[in-house]
Amino acid sequence: MSQGKYALTINRKPVSVTAEADKPLLWVLREELKMPGTKFGCGQGLCGACTVLLDGQAVRSCQTPVSAAAGHKITTIEGATALPQGAKLVEMWQEIDVPQCGYCQAGQILSATALLMANPKPSDEEIDAGMNGNLCRCATYLRIRRAIRKAAGMADVTGDAA
Amino acid sequence: MSAPTSINTMDRRGFMAASLVGAGALAFEARIVLADTPVAQVPLNAFIRIGADNKVTIGAKNPEIGQGIRTMLPMLVAEELDLGWDQVVIEPTLANDKIYGVQSAGGSNSTPNNWLPMRQVGAAARAMILAAAAKEWGVDAASLTTAAGKVSHAASGRNAPYASFARGAAAEVAPDLAKVALKDPSRFTIIGQSKVGVDTAAITHGKPLFGIDVDMPGLIHGAIIKAPAHGATIATHDAGAALKRKGVLAVVPVNSNSVAPGKFDTLVVVADSWWTAKNAREAVKVTWDDAAQVGFSTEAYDKGAAAALAAGPQISHAKNGDVAKALAGAAKTITADYSYPFLAHGTLEPQNCTGLWQDGKLEIWAPSQAPNNGRNDTAAMMDMRGEDITIHQTRIGGGFGRRLINDYMVMVAQVAKALPGKPVKILFDRTDDLRNDYYRPAGWHRFTAGLDAKGDLVAFKDHFVSFGKDGKPIRAAEMSPFEFPVNVLADSEIGITYLPTNLATGWLRAPTSNAIAFVYQSFMDEVALAAGIDLPELMRRTLGTPRDLAVVPGRPILNSGRARAVIEGVCKMANWQGGKLPNSAKGEKRGRGFGFYFSHRGYFAEVVDITLTDATTVRVDKVWACGDIGSQIINPINARHQVQGAVNEGLGQGMVEQKIEQIKGVVQAESFGDFPLIRIEQVPREIAVQFLKTDYPPTGLGEPSLPPVIPALANAIFAATGKRLRDLPLKLA
Repeated sequence: MSQGKYALTINRKPVSVTAEADKPLLWVLREELKMPGTKFGCGQGLCGACTVLLDGQAVRSCQTPVSAAAGHKITTIEGATALPQGAKLVEMWQEIDVPQCGYCQAGQILSATALLMANPKPSDEEIDAGMNGNLCRCATYLRIRRAIRKAAGMADVTGDAA
Repeated sequence: MSAPTSINTMDRRGFMAASLVGAGALAFEARIVLADTPVAQVPLNAFIRIGADNKVTIGAKNPEIGQGIRTMLPMLVAEELDLGWDQVVIEPTLANDKIYGVQSAGGSNSTPNNWLPMRQVGAAARAMILAAAAKEWGVDAASLTTAAGKVSHAASGRNAPYASFARGAAAEVAPDLAKVALKDPSRFTIIGQSKVGVDTAAITHGKPLFGIDVDMPGLIHGAIIKAPAHGATIATHDAGAALKRKGVLAVVPVNSNSVAPGKFDTLVVVADSWWTAKNAREAVKVTWDDAAQVGFSTEAYDKGAAAALAAGPQISHAKNGDVAKALAGAAKTITADYSYPFLAHGTLEPQNCTGLWQDGKLEIWAPSQAPNNGRNDTAAMMDMRGEDITIHQTRIGGGFGRRLINDYMVMVAQVAKALPGKPVKILFDRTDDLRNDYYRPAGWHRFTAGLDAKGDLVAFKDHFVSFGKDGKPIRAAEMSPFEFPVNVLADSEIGITYLPTNLATGWLRAPTSNAIAFVYQSFMDEVALAAGIDLPELMRRTLGTPRDLAVVPGRPILNSGRARAVIEGVCKMANWQGGKLPNSAKGEKRGRGFGFYFSHRGYFAEVVDITLTDATTVRVDKVWACGDIGSQIINPINARHQVQGAVNEGLGQGMVEQKIEQIKGVVQAESFGDFPLIRIEQVPREIAVQFLKTDYPPTGLGEPSLPPVIPALANAIFAATGKRLRDLPLKLA
């Protein structure tokens, strides 16, 4: 695949990269732009670890060729707190200590950001549906639900009451 | 990871000192290099540096895989050093067992092994600070008190931060750790208080922490081509076309530590980008010597197990009394066959490792659960001295036992040596990761139990079939000859047959227990039903009066009183009245199941409530877990999270069709499509956790809460449907 020059907007900053047209945005971020917050989990769009926002929509950066990302506004975990939903989610993620190993959490936070941007007060079922593409091998799911509810300003449900 | 600049001075000094004196960390040998210590930070020992700003840096020695140890071990040091938690800065140490002792994330061992030593390290440092303060102020050390990193002298009203005594303290003779006074638990200010994970903020901002994030100038990247059938070796290979591709630098044959010395089972394609290396694999031609492997398959194992069960055991593993006679005389006998599959670990961070070979020495950045074992394996493979290998510990994107094996470290060492002076990172893709795991071994059990006329369990027999060689189990395929209830019955036995396999096996979170709990507690549920009682009642009766029961020679003992207490505890939490539940408002069938297991020194009893949303779909509504891991929950927030995560992981092993299958020697799983992990829609809304605090030393929590949830789920499905599911993964259709 021949190399091309692509103009991207990442976390509100314009950047230019030279890469093969089919190189996934994930590897452009990690290798070319030295932004390792976006994680490689499966390379097949099945785990959500590589989730970023493309014009506010959650996409799998491992399935998004750099050529398709050119010209769009991309938000990665490094810039998530510039969005009000992202900032609130990160705050809640820290407050209730969502991560265990932490590897999936960048993708979780960005999927949650997209969810709250589209649906500021999601129901429990809508939270599960919105987050179902993001695997957490440590299974921190109860806290992911709780952090999203808290970030959305909804009643706190700890999920661990007897 | 800003490696190699992340190499911290504490580690460098500690390492140098240790190789001079050959002593352990607790000998405080780091003091001998104080002469070149910058004024800004004074090391008191291999774990502690005091900064001029009174911030105290504590070395976290053990691998962090999400179990919270990087936060928890420093809590123990900080407690006895009498610090405020906001003064504490935590750094991972190098992997170096000569200084730091055992550095491993496995067996839920970190808490029991470090509960006293890490506190002693903190207490000794505090004693040295007090001694220095006493000299400076000309008072008796016994008249001084400490709190939040300050020394106070009540009589004179003086107080000063630790930093002002750091140099004097470092010159003090270290006290005998075995004799240093420790706090009474009533005075704890950090232990027992919830502390958010030390890396949580960095994780939520996407900072580089993990092995895969290691970067440095000139870093090159390797993708692997591994023998499809485990144990096969490279017959021929031609890398010519791959080497012509832009960016491809080398194709290096390596031994993943699974084949004989001098043989190679993997080609590593090295390029200036991992994406380039991964794609260039298609241009490499390779043939394999795999004649000895292609006969192994899931189908062959199933046939072998069926034949073994029909033929009877090859090996007598436990034999008490006369089980044949007891069964012949029983009022009722119950027989059932159970099985479970091979499982991969599926850590979300694929296996990776970074290495740099320079001047005959090796520097490694490894997400390893047992890095010092990796050093030994690597030194043996490379025919070099262990002390010529420096290992940096990265945060680890999931371990679950996979990273107790160090194949990636051994492999990257060979690539680094082939490309000296160039830092190189190897990274598995997802298929590589699932197909080159060290799998939880499959197993089969044929049980027979006998009840007397009163309904008491009086005879018990298990024929266990798993994998072994030369009459011995391969890794993680063993079981205890003292498995409950075999260990409490006068007439009981376990026999074993081992089948051959080419797969490499290994430890999966709560190894052996995750499978044995399912088969034993599910079968005991059948026995209880036959006895006309429920499983908690059968367990209470069979456990009997509180006493210590043998488990394995040299391994922890099972106290039947502690076991009964968590069983009673969870029944109280869940208001257990048996497994029957009324249908839901929508008319869906519901059910409730119970499971108990003792593993890794921890006692857990769990209750699972389920609803059948259609004929074959189970929704888990709620889980209750009651545990006993001793006198102290060190970090309560993390303890709850460990239990909830373990419960969900166990539900995943039961519910989501996890299994590793093999055809012609080759593992078939490609990705999370055919090796699924549990997803958010499948986990319960609530997991209630309660710890019973007992007068025993604190023990670990990474593992023991996982096993009982699997039989509790299977037993709940039986209660709801009347269908006894005896094979993992559980399937109603």
